[in-house]
Amino acid sequence: MDKLAQKYTHINGWGIDIDPKNDPTYPIKKRTNEEQEGYTWQRPAQQQSHVEVLHSIERPNLSATFGTSVPPRGLSGQLRRYAFKYSESHYGHWLPLLLADRVAAVEGIVADLKQGRIPDFFAEKGRKAEWKYNPQRVVIRVAVTVAVATAAWAFFNSKRKGHE
Amino acid sequence: MLAMNYRGPQRVRIDNKPMPQIQHPEDAIVRVTRSCICGSDLHLYNGNVPDTRPGSTFGHEFIGVVEEVGADIRQLKVGDMVMVPFNIACGKCAFCRQELYGNCHESNPEATAVGGIFGYSHTAGGYDGGQAEYVRVPYADFGPTVIPDWMHPDDAVLLTDVVPTGYQAAEMGGIQPGDTVVVFGAGPIGIMAAKCAWLFGAGRVIVIDQEEYRLEFVRNFAQCEAYNFRSIEDPVVFIKKTTDWMGADVCIDAVGAEAAGNALNTLTGRKMLLQAGSSTALHWAINSVKKGGVVSIVGVYGPTDNLIPIGNVVNKGITIRANQASVKRLLPRLIEHIRNGILDPKAMITHRIPLEEVADAYRIFSDKLDNCIKTVLIPPKSNA
Repeated sequence: MDKLAQKYTHINGWGIDIDPKNDPTYPIKKRTNEEQEGYTWQRPAQQQSHVEVLHSIERPNLSATFGTSVPPRGLSGQLRRYAFKYSESHYGHWLPLLLADRVAAVEGIVADLKQGRIPDFFAEKGRKAEWKYNPQRVVIRVAVTVAVATAAWAFFNSKRKGHE
Repeated sequence: MLAMNYRGPQRVRIDNKPMPQIQHPEDAIVRVTRSCICGSDLHLYNGNVPDTRPGSTFGHEFIGVVEEVGADIRQLKVGDMVMVPFNIACGKCAFCRQELYGNCHESNPEATAVGGIFGYSHTAGGYDGGQAEYVRVPYADFGPTVIPDWMHPDDAVLLTDVVPTGYQAAEMGGIQPGDTVVVFGAGPIGIMAAKCAWLFGAGRVIVIDQEEYRLEFVRNFAQCEAYNFRSIEDPVVFIKKTTDWMGADVCIDAVGAEAAGNALNTLTGRKMLLQAGSSTALHWAINSVKKGGVVSIVGVYGPTDNLIPIGNVVNKGITIRANQASVKRLLPRLIEHIRNGILDPKAMITHRIPLEEVADAYRIFSDKLDNCIKTVLIPPKSNA
């Protein structure tokens, strides 16, 4: 061991946390026998809910505290309520949540427009920084978008002319 | 107050949002002076984590000044400068009693696999995060730790996640003196894991990534070997070859869901969301470790399924250890390491960007522009 330590004298702190008892290591080394007597604890005070908070069906209740940042609402909210009928072990839980996230993004655009705010996608996607540090990629992205749009337009235009 | 506002995949902006309120007697309100963008924030940013609701504010790495405390707060005082662990932990439940502070049972109603995390979707409790001027901090007498006078705030903010996560990655590896440790990923967590592997007596530390500037950084910062998987044909064969065809004693996945390097995983995991992210780094870790070795996972994945070679885990007799870092548990030791000059986390910070430019900050960090390693957001009222 001392021989090994000499080999690494150039590395500041080498070996200072060597723990021969580190087997098993965290996260299981702190287990106690308390659980044999049942899991109990004095719960913290319960946060009062002023908004709708969904909870996993893998637990009987709300945790003592929770976030209230974005309560479920609209169509995305309906999807989230549906998702929480299923356990975390079920695709019926996660896939509707992913779908709800996408629906909510559209709902967010509609909400912006209703408030007279046109979302600035260029700014929200950080394109200014991309233009500054990687203009080549921005040019390629724009060129590809224009090419795809032109091709699509040409395709549908030729189809329309064929029908005439 | 100003706060980052998630609008949908790869769309964020700064908005005025209502001030956070005390909602529980053990809450505090903290005025943020610094927050970071974490690699795991990119999973949210890219829309890969279910129940990431537009309107949310991200940010689980932050420090600040206590502005207000709830009725049951006894230790924390208004005016205290605190670092706030990313885990929201009650300190009382069965899991907290085992120091599993990332698995608190009293901070997240929406999922049972993980405890509450600031600004990390409703799957992690639905809390707003610290990429804002102010943030609500639950269980404020337990989690937040007063920053010592001598500590640089940049070190303090990295103690809320990056340093403990990197350290715990090495710790969970169960490294024995002389072991060969391979770290997949040269992001801030991987860099710190490589550095900390030495503290547990590693004999050789190897980092694998695809970004040359990060490989160059980790070579200097962690005094380790570093290789670009784009220039080696097969990382698994490379590791075997360089370990006398045995495999590494310990492999650490410090990448998680955004891994590159395998077209199928990238397509199904990152583009089509048929997996809970791309599991390429974990795949390599399992196949690169020796028989009977240890794979330590701190890379973050979504809650559904991933394609990994579980048969090889069985056949090789691999031990897998994983968890979110238990920040509060590790803070005393890590604070000492910083005080003694063993660790210098602030050296990883490459970008300091005003909170108002959060969209550009995400783009720079996400696309690894301008040789970015770690981004710190500075709110206008930080006085920092």
